[in-house]
Amino acid sequence: MDYSLIVGGEAGQGMDTFASLFEKAIKRCGYNVYAYSDYMSRIRGGHNFFNIRFSKDNILAIKDRIDILFALNEESVGIHKEKVKETGIIIADEKVAKEDNSITHLKLSEIASSLKNKRVENTVGLGAILNYFGVPIHIASQVIREEFKEEIAEVNLRALEEGYKLLDTRYPLQIREDDKILINGNEAVALGAIAAGCKFYCGYPMTPSTGVLNYIARYANEFNIVVDQVEDEVAALNMALGASYAGVRAMTGSSGGGFALMVEALSLAGIIEVPVVLINVQRPGPATGFPTRTEQADLRFMIHAGHGEFPRMVIALRDTEDAFYQTVRAFNIAEKYHIPVLLMSDQHLADGVTTKKPFNFKDIKIERHIESNIKGEFKTYELTESGISPRIIPGKIEGTTVLVDSDEHDEYGHITESAEIRTKMVDKRLRKFELLKEEVQEPWHIGDQEPENLVVCWGSTYGAVKEAVEKLLNEGVSIAALVFGDIWPFPTNKLLNLSRKAKKIIDVEQNAMAQLDSLIREVALLKSDHKILKYDGRPFTTDEVYRRIKEVI
Amino acid sequence: MDYSILVGGAAGQGLDTLANILEKILKRCGFYVFTHRDYMSRVRGGHNFTQIRFSDKEVYSFKDQVDLILALNKESFILHKDRLKEDGIIISHEELEADNFIKLPLKEIKNKIKNPKVLNIVGMGAILKYFGLPLDIGKEVLESSFKKKYLEDNMLALLAGYDLIEAKYKLPTFKDKNIIISGNKALALGAIAAGCKFYCGYPMTPSTSILTYISSKANEMGIVVDQVEDEIAALNMALGASFAGVRAMTASSGGGFALMVEALSFAGILEVPVVIVNAQRVGPATGMATRTEQSDLRFVIHAGHGEFPRMVIALRDPEDAFYQTARAFNISDKYQMPVIILTDLYLADYSKTIKPFDFSSISIERYIDKEVGGRYKKYEITESGISRRIIPGKIEGQIVLGDSHEHDECGHITEDPDLRTKMVLKRMRKLEALEQEVEEPWLIGNEEAENLIVCWGSTYGAVKEAVDRLNEEGLSIGALVFGDIWPFPTNKLMKLGKRAKTIIDIEQNATGQLDSIIREKTPFGADYKILKFNGRPFSGDEVYSRLKSILG
Amino acid sequence: MADRYELHEPSWCPGCGNYMIRTALKMALEELNIKPHEVVIVSGIGQAAKMPHYISVNGFNGLHGRAIPPAIGIKMANKDLHVIVESGDGDTYGEGGNHFIHGIRRNIDIAHFVHNNQIYGLTKGQASPTTAMGQITTLQFDGVKVEPLNPLALALTMGAGFVARGFSGDIPHLVGLMKEAIKYKGYALVDILQPCVVWNRVNTFSWYKNRVYHLPESYDYTNKEEAMKKALEFGDRIPIGILYKVEKETYLDRFDFIKEGPPLVDVELNPLDAERLMEEFR
Repeated sequence: MDYSLIVGGEAGQGMDTFASLFEKAIKRCGYNVYAYSDYMSRIRGGHNFFNIRFSKDNILAIKDRIDILFALNEESVGIHKEKVKETGIIIADEKVAKEDNSITHLKLSEIASSLKNKRVENTVGLGAILNYFGVPIHIASQVIREEFKEEIAEVNLRALEEGYKLLDTRYPLQIREDDKILINGNEAVALGAIAAGCKFYCGYPMTPSTGVLNYIARYANEFNIVVDQVEDEVAALNMALGASYAGVRAMTGSSGGGFALMVEALSLAGIIEVPVVLINVQRPGPATGFPTRTEQADLRFMIHAGHGEFPRMVIALRDTEDAFYQTVRAFNIAEKYHIPVLLMSDQHLADGVTTKKPFNFKDIKIERHIESNIKGEFKTYELTESGISPRIIPGKIEGTTVLVDSDEHDEYGHITESAEIRTKMVDKRLRKFELLKEEVQEPWHIGDQEPENLVVCWGSTYGAVKEAVEKLLNEGVSIAALVFGDIWPFPTNKLLNLSRKAKKIIDVEQNAMAQLDSLIREVALLKSDHKILKYDGRPFTTDEVYRRIKEVI
Repeated sequence: MDYSILVGGAAGQGLDTLANILEKILKRCGFYVFTHRDYMSRVRGGHNFTQIRFSDKEVYSFKDQVDLILALNKESFILHKDRLKEDGIIISHEELEADNFIKLPLKEIKNKIKNPKVLNIVGMGAILKYFGLPLDIGKEVLESSFKKKYLEDNMLALLAGYDLIEAKYKLPTFKDKNIIISGNKALALGAIAAGCKFYCGYPMTPSTSILTYISSKANEMGIVVDQVEDEIAALNMALGASFAGVRAMTASSGGGFALMVEALSFAGILEVPVVIVNAQRVGPATGMATRTEQSDLRFVIHAGHGEFPRMVIALRDPEDAFYQTARAFNISDKYQMPVIILTDLYLADYSKTIKPFDFSSISIERYIDKEVGGRYKKYEITESGISRRIIPGKIEGQIVLGDSHEHDECGHITEDPDLRTKMVLKRMRKLEALEQEVEEPWLIGNEEAENLIVCWGSTYGAVKEAVDRLNEEGLSIGALVFGDIWPFPTNKLMKLGKRAKTIIDIEQNATGQLDSIIREKTPFGADYKILKFNGRPFSGDEVYSRLKSILG
Repeated sequence: MADRYELHEPSWCPGCGNYMIRTALKMALEELNIKPHEVVIVSGIGQAAKMPHYISVNGFNGLHGRAIPPAIGIKMANKDLHVIVESGDGDTYGEGGNHFIHGIRRNIDIAHFVHNNQIYGLTKGQASPTTAMGQITTLQFDGVKVEPLNPLALALTMGAGFVARGFSGDIPHLVGLMKEAIKYKGYALVDILQPCVVWNRVNTFSWYKNRVYHLPESYDYTNKEEAMKKALEFGDRIPIGILYKVEKETYLDRFDFIKEGPPLVDVELNPLDAERLMEEFR
């Protein structure tokens, strides 16, 4: 079983609430859910929709075809009609597209009026649809009670009951054990940061990164986290560096345009060797681009941003689970090497909701690498074999002070113009990068060990690629995919290994310039034979990746 | 003949004045001159020095060894005495323990002139005499360099110095047919010649001298120069001026450029021409403010979120700086895209004699339509990717809408996936067209060389001298010096790379950034890298000896 | 008594006002008996911003214009540290103008000493945001064409609770201001007039010396209107002293867990604390 639903309408029509209630009710029945929201950059009007897929299998992306369309306005019917399977149905209030015979019209608004609350119209629809899938009403009622305050819950419960009467059950779901959580990429990142002990988060609101800021702000007081909504992104990274220098784990986040304003301070992080974690939740550029849509076009930018040369790590997040654990790991790596660690997400992952095993908090280690038994004059930049100098917290050791400096400096942090010290300090910083190379994680490997066709991709395309590749494997195609998470330093072992026998390398990316391919050319001296690129702001569906791979093999 | 003079002292001791006058005198004597400046990031004190090389043949770099040191303080002597040739001399007013030492009689001079500030000019008088250069030319240059009230003391100082020592050489003089100019002044002059009418910037070494030079000619040339509050303002302001129809430019160094990155992306989607200069210095962050490096190459190529076309041109010497800057404006106007000029502190500050610029060869190509039929569309989708450009306010009935969002042909916000795809492809087509007109790198030496050097930008001079010398010694060696570097031209490299047995990458950075581009764009990679990142430029001698140690 | 804050010999020009400001700062710290490890100097880039290299305390020498954001981060991370920002007029009011404005809105507990010499020093003589209209500089060959910024009036307008002006040529007075600013709970601005002996030939030592006067004892520094009048007095006579000082709630006070609890840096980190957050996703 594998069903998909689209609910579409204008901004302000309450789709968010509908979607989260529906997702949760389905999840409580023990099913896996994947939901993607497609919204416009406006507060009212326009066309937004949620595509919600559910299955007993692990699902990681949306499908092209759907089983049910819940149209909140006529426009939605026009836009999504084509996607509805032959066996599928379109439901709408009786006032929507009256003439259209393909629609199952329901008395949603009439029932809402009779309940004297216009806003419960969607809940009536929710009841109808849940009954269509045979979701027991007690599960749905529980979800409603959790979501709304008591008074509002009451009227919604009545709306739900009325809705259950409107459609017959067509696909009765077997109730399974529900042992999952339902979370989106931004929430997973934020949760990872909190679990890792991030105590300072600052940022400027920017779609689609705002979710991270919002989530952390919600729990700031409970977890002793300072959340500062800064005047601009230039301040953000500088401020996070100040907090980290003073000894707390600090993070900032933005989307590409905000990250662009952090570039100068990224270079600062490189030379002052103060750890920091930063997330770029990508959206289509250049400039303002598409604020509410998805793209993976900042890869090269993140790798090379900042003047001068300094070590950094770039980690692309692949799904919500990966987002959680990699965020935790990012803090440990930043503090081990005293470098900026840059996380890359995108709107697709940030807003996409998935069911996952509950995160394992017990195995999380917090590794801070902070010394406390140092006396006398302290060398912030002591030249060591590893390139990593000891770190202490300023103000904690009487008689010992800590100086960090954006100029080239000597071991104590004082300005120098010495050619010799300069060379030593560059070598020191770059040694950290060499060391880091040894702990980068190889990409996830899906499929054959000796594939004829090798797909390479990174970050959030993971879900669509995985499903497409598995389908092709089932069809007997010799294929594998490498999905890069750690992407700078660029891990090459598995790639070199799997490419040896491969006849074709196929690059799948959400950008126009095939940036991963350029990295592979540069670092592994391989190149892709085919590129499957998409840059219209919409995420790949499983079906699209499958079809486009089919075309080239 | 090929001589080098080193003048050293503290900041504030008048080294700049001395060097400017001395290089001018040597030029007037008809020599080819090369002046390299090394200074610290402070206003007073510290140790600065200037090295002036002159010859009857063209010179492209400075020398490791010098014939004469004028030490205005003791430190200059200590730091540089090892670089003196065996038959060289040291001149100083300080008490130094050295052979071939000529002491300036400070007390006597002070008695005679009563102005301690002219000590440098006394030294210069001695230098002129030492090389047997005509006093008349010295006087002439002095007269044009000082205001009247200072002239007399300086003239006395020149004579005092001249009388002080015996001539060792009697050098011939030649007809002076050259100009002497620094990289930044050549760049600024190129911008002025190209009709740049709006220049804004925030002071940042080593880009400040572009700002200063253009400002000094601003009224004469009718150029608006705006010292902005920060670099974020700089590029946004330049884009505004360019949108409104004037040629606009801004410059900074790496850290200031870092602040322009958001607006660079804006320039990409806005499709408004602009020329941006990054005069590189040592990074990261503040790094070394007055030292040189070439470590922003990958950064400027990839700076900015999202994908958009841009051109990156690395300047190779002052002559190149002039012509490429003028060209940058034409390319920027033609493709309506940002053109980034990469220079560095070394090239920004060194001065060199070159043929006077040929202003008549500069063409100004603006690609501006005076009339359009139908409704004007700023982002009209065309085969070339280039849309017509009009000046807002100049055509009745037509308006121009520029937009930072993804937009339709008229510039209005869109969220349509098909239109988005079309607009990305439109912008990318401009890059493809530009790829057809990038200039291949300069070739030095042997076209069928066994040993192929690759380098870019300001290392040109040092590499040229080293390669010429190695070729004279019978080695099979050639060099490709990249100027246009993004889009990356590969034709010559593909041709020479196939023949070469060894490829050697020479760069002023620690990670071999050019090599990384070559690996990305061609089947080749460097077998050896000669990298330097201590803030000091390569000399021809250093490149020569490091090549020797690799090639045997 | 040994100078426990003594460090390297500065590379400023002889006669530079920075020397006096450095002396005053060391005296203020000594008189307040603040130990070197208990204080952080945060600076940007410029001649004034070299201060962390010349006083032996904790130092964060960051980016041009960006001293205030890291200072905020530091103070929030460890409220026990005395945080002092030292930067010049260009650094603070030009490149860092936005942070200056929004830093005041936070009223975070830092002392901000601006070395205001009305010119750019390190980059050699260009106009700064406080250079007078019409002044000839090494860049503005025919004179500055923009109005100068009035930092004290701006700070008052933004709601700063401590606004003062000092003069590098009056060390005892300056030490007093610095001590008050360091002790003040909240954001304290001290704009310090200082000659640049090389690049500013207008606002020289004697130019300032002839104009500055101490605010009289009778001056009521809690009167904002009076303070604004004094802030606007910048001509033949220039008042120095505390123009405005009132008690205000600080940024830190608005975070209960910081106000009541230990410094953030001392909070123990435990991933299991966060496990309960998963409940809402079930």
